[in-house]
Amino acid sequence: MKLNGAQILIDCLKNEGVKHIFGYPGGAVLHIYDALDACTAIDHILVRHEQGAVHAADGYARTSGKCGVALVTSGPGLTNAVTGIATAFTDSIPMVIISGQVSSAVIGNDAFQEVDAVGITRSCVKHNFLVKSADDVAQTVKKAFYIATTGRPGPVLIDITKDATIAKIEYEGYPETISMRSYQPEIQVDEEQVAKAIAIIETAKKPIIYSGGGSVIGNASKALITLTQNTGFPITQTLMGLGAYPATDKQSLGMLGMHGTYESNMAMHDSDCIIAVGARFDDRITGNLEKFCPYAKIIHIDIDPSSVGKVVGVDVSIIGQVNDVLQVLIKGLETKKLPNIDTWWKQINDWRLVDSMAYKTKQGVIKPQTVIETLYEVTGGNAIVTSDVGQHQMWAAQYYPFDKPRRWINSGGLGTMGFGLPAAMGAKIAKPELDVACVTGDGSIQMMLQELSTMLQYDTPVKIINLNNGYLGMVRQWQEFFYDKRYSMSYMDALPDFVKLAESYGHIGIKVEKEADLKPALIEAFKQKNRTVFLDILIDPSENVFPMIPAGAGHHEMLLAGRDDMASTNDEGLNLV
Amino acid sequence: MRHIISLQLENESGALSRVAGLFSARGFNIESLTVAPTNDETLSRMTIVSIGDDDIVEQIVKQLNKLIDVVKVTDLTATEHIERELSLIKIAINNESQSRIETQFDQFDAKIIDVSEEVYTVELAGKSQKINDFINAFNTDEILEVSRTGVTGVCQK
Ligand SMILES: Cc1cc2nc3c(=O)[nH]c(=O)nc-3n(C[C@H](O)[C@H](O)[C@H](O)COP(=O)(O)OP(=O)(O)OC[C@H]3O[C@@H](n4cnc5c(N)ncnc54)[C@H](O)[C@@H]3O)c2cc1C
Ligand SMILES: Cc1ncc(C[n+]2csc(CCOP(=O)(O)OP(=O)(O)O)c2C)c(N)n1
Repeated sequence: MKLNGAQILIDCLKNEGVKHIFGYPGGAVLHIYDALDACTAIDHILVRHEQGAVHAADGYARTSGKCGVALVTSGPGLTNAVTGIATAFTDSIPMVIISGQVSSAVIGNDAFQEVDAVGITRSCVKHNFLVKSADDVAQTVKKAFYIATTGRPGPVLIDITKDATIAKIEYEGYPETISMRSYQPEIQVDEEQVAKAIAIIETAKKPIIYSGGGSVIGNASKALITLTQNTGFPITQTLMGLGAYPATDKQSLGMLGMHGTYESNMAMHDSDCIIAVGARFDDRITGNLEKFCPYAKIIHIDIDPSSVGKVVGVDVSIIGQVNDVLQVLIKGLETKKLPNIDTWWKQINDWRLVDSMAYKTKQGVIKPQTVIETLYEVTGGNAIVTSDVGQHQMWAAQYYPFDKPRRWINSGGLGTMGFGLPAAMGAKIAKPELDVACVTGDGSIQMMLQELSTMLQYDTPVKIINLNNGYLGMVRQWQEFFYDKRYSMSYMDALPDFVKLAESYGHIGIKVEKEADLKPALIEAFKQKNRTVFLDILIDPSENVFPMIPAGAGHHEMLLAGRDDMASTNDEGLNLV
Repeated sequence: MRHIISLQLENESGALSRVAGLFSARGFNIESLTVAPTNDETLSRMTIVSIGDDDIVEQIVKQLNKLIDVVKVTDLTATEHIERELSLIKIAINNESQSRIETQFDQFDAKIIDVSEEVYTVELAGKSQKINDFINAFNTDEILEVSRTGVTGVCQK
């Protein structure tokens, strides 16, 4: 069958099982759009900004576990997409991005809308390809999906020249299998390493499971629950891991790290055996490395050897898919006598009494923590919650206990403001049956606001929870603590009327100024099953995120709410951002 | 410590820049880098000399292994290996210095490959240290130009 490169591309995507593409057209991809028009198996969502396309594909991938797909034109289309690509890359999200490129004959001539897409994206993709011939389209698409979805997942860019989309060739169909000598993601679990890990676990007195994004990405929730419950060990989860183990279970200590719970961080600090599961010892977790987990033997389970030993030295590493490794570990532990850790639990329960998530309510102001707790109540804990970046992100993570994986969707590694709204749209498209809430701030929401228009066009009802404090709150918090309250450029003057704004986009806007109105407004919003509702909630502008490990401090040096005297750091600490 | 890392990678456009980009993005240092196709023309061999402590070199090797185009990574310094470097060096001569300089050539086994009135161009191959020693055997104003390939190497077994 003779087809042009664009038609082949679309056929390949169809055969790959792609159902949704998020994109934006332009000259270099017009042939692709033409071929897409003739394809009924794939729905295309026309976003309003390419960054939105990539974040939406990302939100779609994070909620569904499938590979997200975005399509953008050359030049500015590609450069607009870069922030989205980097966001997906840092959080290991499977995604294929297709970008148009000028014709191969003019590459390098500074042609109209030419940028070196492969060069620009090299350091923020798992891999990228430049396709200059229709003959290479099918193989490349196959490879791209294979690479994006296997091993440690990540975004893969296919940059395809205009002439490659136009040329007609004999098409032999989408390849069924692929093998690459230079890329072999299947890893056999090394049983010897597991045995070494078991030896450490058997003698542990203060063990803790520290689980991360890998448990979500690797769909290992079930195995993680089995391991935790069989061992009776406490478990703490990173921002990216939330939900893999149910937060409401008694063995869960909550999130750890900079804004984690007191009990999680103290338990990490005092532990003698840390089982790290798909987590990468990020600096938000470790704080000051010299003070990090001084007594612990560390067992590190990860698919990516380069995650191991990168930040902290470990005693035993087990490379492989979380799920595979946990199965072997669970089996190995079945015949072993596990340590009695009653004393450890007693200690942990004492730490819990500190009640580090407590906050003071104040007459006449709405506390952001209350908003999230009410959101939890109104949605029965069952919503998909996306967030932007800032204080609101932390409050959402802290006060909405996630019991299932792929319900908490946020940009952790890159911390991209603007992620929340398009990601919510992608999430709603992936899981139309679930409620989707986007927790955002007055700063972040304005970074991708234009997607409200897409959400109307494609009917993706989302509830936007704008924790409006009139500040770039997270920046203001750092300035309050570490820059002697010099609030340089962290105040949001001239905010729009968000209610009118939502209405002008064809959505419902509700302003909430009094705590008494909060719950009724949330109930009303979620009653509107088929409408996007923008809740502009005026919260206490001076509220800070607690607990907090100040930059440069150790886990046992947390700042707790109402104890501002401890808010200090030094230049060395501030180097850590 | 100095490490010689040998890679086999797909002989594809862009593969070199992926490796070079990795080093600059992660702040790894490159002392030298050589690359050329092998007997299998779909494969290139790249040899990188880098200086770093063991942790850094471990990360370098792991990160290189992660590159999709990389087929194999070997830290040659961890095994028995042979390393060689080729250099072309231009040396100024005059009547007075000629015999001294030629003696040096003999001692180092340097081959004169071009001669003009006041300049000899020699070819010298060997371990990097030998080339350093050779260069140091002359006065600085006698060395007009140095072009070195950087190290290439193979495992002995
Ligand atoms: C304002 C702000 C504040 C933050 N504060 C905190 C905080 O207080 N606490 C916190 O935890 N985070 C915080 N973060 C997030 C932080 O920056 C990191 O993104 C996060 O800690 C990384 O989580 P992770 O270690 O689970 O790694 P991820 O980025 O999720 O990485 C996953 C790891 O698992 C591995 N992996 C992936 N798939 C598999 C698989 N199938 N099998 C095996 N291994 C696999 C990967 O190789 C990788 O090593 C904050 C972010 C922002 C923006
Ligand atoms: C694109 C981008 N630019 C800048 C930052 C730095 N930054 C982190 S949090 C923050 C403030 C966010 O303000 P807002 O969205 O209003 O949320 P709040 O902290 O007030 O809840 C800023 C500017 C970022 N994370 N992303």
